[in-house]
Amino acid sequence: MRVYMSLLKLRIYHGLQYRVAALAGIATQFFWGTIMIMVFLAFYGESTSVGGFTTTQLVTYIWLQQAFLSFIVLWLRDMELFELIRTGNIAYELCRPLNIYGFWYTKLIATRIANAMLRCMPILVVAMFIPEKYRMSVPDSTESFMLFLVTLTLGLAINVAISMFIYISVFVTLSPMGSLLIFSVIGEFFAGLIIPIPLMPEWLRNIVMVLPFRYVGDLPFRVYSGNIPLGEAFFGIAIQLVWLTVLILFGRKLMQSALKHLVVQGG
Amino acid sequence: MIEIENLSKAFQVAKRKKGAFVSLFSREYETIHALKDISFKMEPGEIVGYIGPNGAGKSTTIKIMSGILVPNTGKCEILGITPWKSRIEHVRNIGVVFGQRTQLWWDVPVIDSFNLLRDIYKLSEVDYRRTLDQLVTYLDLALLLNTPVRQLSLGQRMRCEIAAALIHSPKILFLDEPTIGLDAVSKIAVRNFIKKINAENQVTVVLTTHDMNDIEALAGRIILIGKGEKLYDGDLANLRGNFISHKRVTVDFVENTAPLDIFGCEVLHASGERAVLLVDLVKTNVPSVIHELTNQKSIIDISVDSQPIEEIIVNLYREYQI
Amino acid sequence: MKIFFRYAKMWLKSQMVYKTSFILLCIGQFFVPFFVFVGLYLMFDLFDSLSGWSFNEVALLYGVIHMAFSISECVVRGFDSFSGMVRTGDFDRLLVRPLPTALQVLGSKFEFTRIGRLLQGIIIFVIGIGGIDVEWTLLKMSTVAFMVIGATFIMSGLFIIFATFSFWTIEGLEIANIFTDGGREMTQYPLLIYAKPIQKFFTFIVPFGVVNYIPLMYLLDRGPYDHPVYAFIPLMGVLFIVPSLLFWNFGVKHYKSTGS
Repeated sequence: MRVYMSLLKLRIYHGLQYRVAALAGIATQFFWGTIMIMVFLAFYGESTSVGGFTTTQLVTYIWLQQAFLSFIVLWLRDMELFELIRTGNIAYELCRPLNIYGFWYTKLIATRIANAMLRCMPILVVAMFIPEKYRMSVPDSTESFMLFLVTLTLGLAINVAISMFIYISVFVTLSPMGSLLIFSVIGEFFAGLIIPIPLMPEWLRNIVMVLPFRYVGDLPFRVYSGNIPLGEAFFGIAIQLVWLTVLILFGRKLMQSALKHLVVQGG
Repeated sequence: MIEIENLSKAFQVAKRKKGAFVSLFSREYETIHALKDISFKMEPGEIVGYIGPNGAGKSTTIKIMSGILVPNTGKCEILGITPWKSRIEHVRNIGVVFGQRTQLWWDVPVIDSFNLLRDIYKLSEVDYRRTLDQLVTYLDLALLLNTPVRQLSLGQRMRCEIAAALIHSPKILFLDEPTIGLDAVSKIAVRNFIKKINAENQVTVVLTTHDMNDIEALAGRIILIGKGEKLYDGDLANLRGNFISHKRVTVDFVENTAPLDIFGCEVLHASGERAVLLVDLVKTNVPSVIHELTNQKSIIDISVDSQPIEEIIVNLYREYQI
Repeated sequence: MKIFFRYAKMWLKSQMVYKTSFILLCIGQFFVPFFVFVGLYLMFDLFDSLSGWSFNEVALLYGVIHMAFSISECVVRGFDSFSGMVRTGDFDRLLVRPLPTALQVLGSKFEFTRIGRLLQGIIIFVIGIGGIDVEWTLLKMSTVAFMVIGATFIMSGLFIIFATFSFWTIEGLEIANIFTDGGREMTQYPLLIYAKPIQKFFTFIVPFGVVNYIPLMYLLDRGPYDHPVYAFIPLMGVLFIVPSLLFWNFGVKHYKSTGS
């Protein structure tokens, strides 16, 4: 475990170097947030609440999405890992006395944390002080804020576990573009990144609930604003833990067989 | 043909500071003088080796001569044209090979790239065919033309690369490290081709390289630059004459353990039957050393080697502190 | 012009070498924006109207901008990926050839997989056109064509402008996404739904307005844009290419005096 912690620290430190890119990212995400809020508010028109989802909750939902974008999207990718698989240089990784799944998982999670560390604070701070119509609200209560932190962390862990499947699929396809496209389009739609899940029709919400994607961002963001009550939040955490276990176990299994296949192929 | 007078070029380079946020708004600049007052002339049909250590200003000069960069001051006329003033007119006269970069399309057969270049240079079908035939014969490309570039070896690719630079029959050819990374056979093929095209088509060649064998095989004249200044301009033989300070004498003799002591010589290696001496030509000369040797030992065999050109260049760099 | 098609042919040939990957990417390019459209559809399902605009009206704008975006991404892709060319020094190669640099950069990359997105745009465009309440005249039909042309030129102009910035810096250029990707996402809707400063900026500085709400209101005979002169306003977008190319030439000049 200690080796994973120091690897985590190292990669986060590495990721914190990209400050100019982060500055551009903050501006971009701030713009996207503003535009999305304006579109949704235009749909809301005069009404302040649709299906129990208030405009304030909506605005907060969008800002949290933008601030923690690197926690919830699937298109964020590590080209180095793709190259390792594609070129067959992964053989060198096998020489390390480490479990590759754990090693890559740590690397990916560290990149996302570093990314969010640079970006979330400026976005959140500005979003709290802009004109009221677009302003992000404070957490519903201390408890909901604590639960927000827990669900957000677990959500990140789930998202990285999902993204591991993209890397594993490259063992077979040898080109990341296809899987990346499919995973990010489908995953992000069902995660509420295109339209917030409370605004989806009921039949679609029923589908969303049985998939893992909404437990990444949708759950924590709605816990924050009180749209999901505390009791339900605890239930959500339980489901998050189940998903996380299932995804990691399945991912490791799949990776092992992919590696075995690779070794056999290599002779 | 090529006239360069008092060419100077300085760059502003941003100094990197620690915080990226700070450096977005305020930057400190440092001025680097890449070229200082360079002048030289070249005649049609010459092959000139343009040499110097990394960062000496070689590529800057080539870039100015090929119209990519504009100098701060100075004159540069190539076939009567100032490159940066009429770029398009100028580049029809020149061909450029940038060592490790490719100008061929990666995924399509070589011939497609050539055909595209024909359209870019607006060549007539007759001229194009004639040049292409010559290049195919000389560079032995017949079997490569229908192969996608990604499947070529480095040596094969370089041959195609050079052909691509010559497809519009330029009068001047700039070669920036044309043999870098090639194996011995390919290097020789490339050198032979350059010699041939120079002799037959009167193509003027400017060659930068770190491989002194290229220079020895090709260049009648070399221009040496360092830290942006011209240090030497003349033929290779002269350079040898002026700058060879030492010769190496290897001598085999009948077993004799008496120590050697010859004026002006450093003993590099000595055993019972062989010695290697470094002769300092300032203090003495080779005949008197041999004379002295025959006095001291009974000699079986003797050989005299010049310093390799490589070492001369290293010494030159050292002398000029570049 | 002939040379432009030679370049295009070369790239098509090049991309056809990897046929499977090409087809898969085309399909992907179809579905990425398609899910955004599904989202749009669901929103109209829930809300009926968007500040008075109907689903078909928005679909028309959505179709126009996606067609324009895919055409410019296919054709002007060389500018979109230009920063790499400066970084590796491959731009020098273009300067030793007897053609204008802008033409050569244009030829340096074509992305034919954008055909997927184009197809998606066309389908949604047809859905929109089929359902809006317009008395079609020849002039109005031309206006629709002008919208696509104008939007393509605006998008291409933006790609050229941001490519030019790479002559000065290659750091932080992602900010360009605000205008290209952002502009595309934004102009899927009538710009009038946004706050005033944004409307003004994207009408008078980056002229997306002339291919968006202004011609749409002309088509629907809505004031104050119901005068026939507004039939031609989308062509203003074509003019956007002029300052873009001037800026490009300025950038090339700068590059030639400083190098990379």
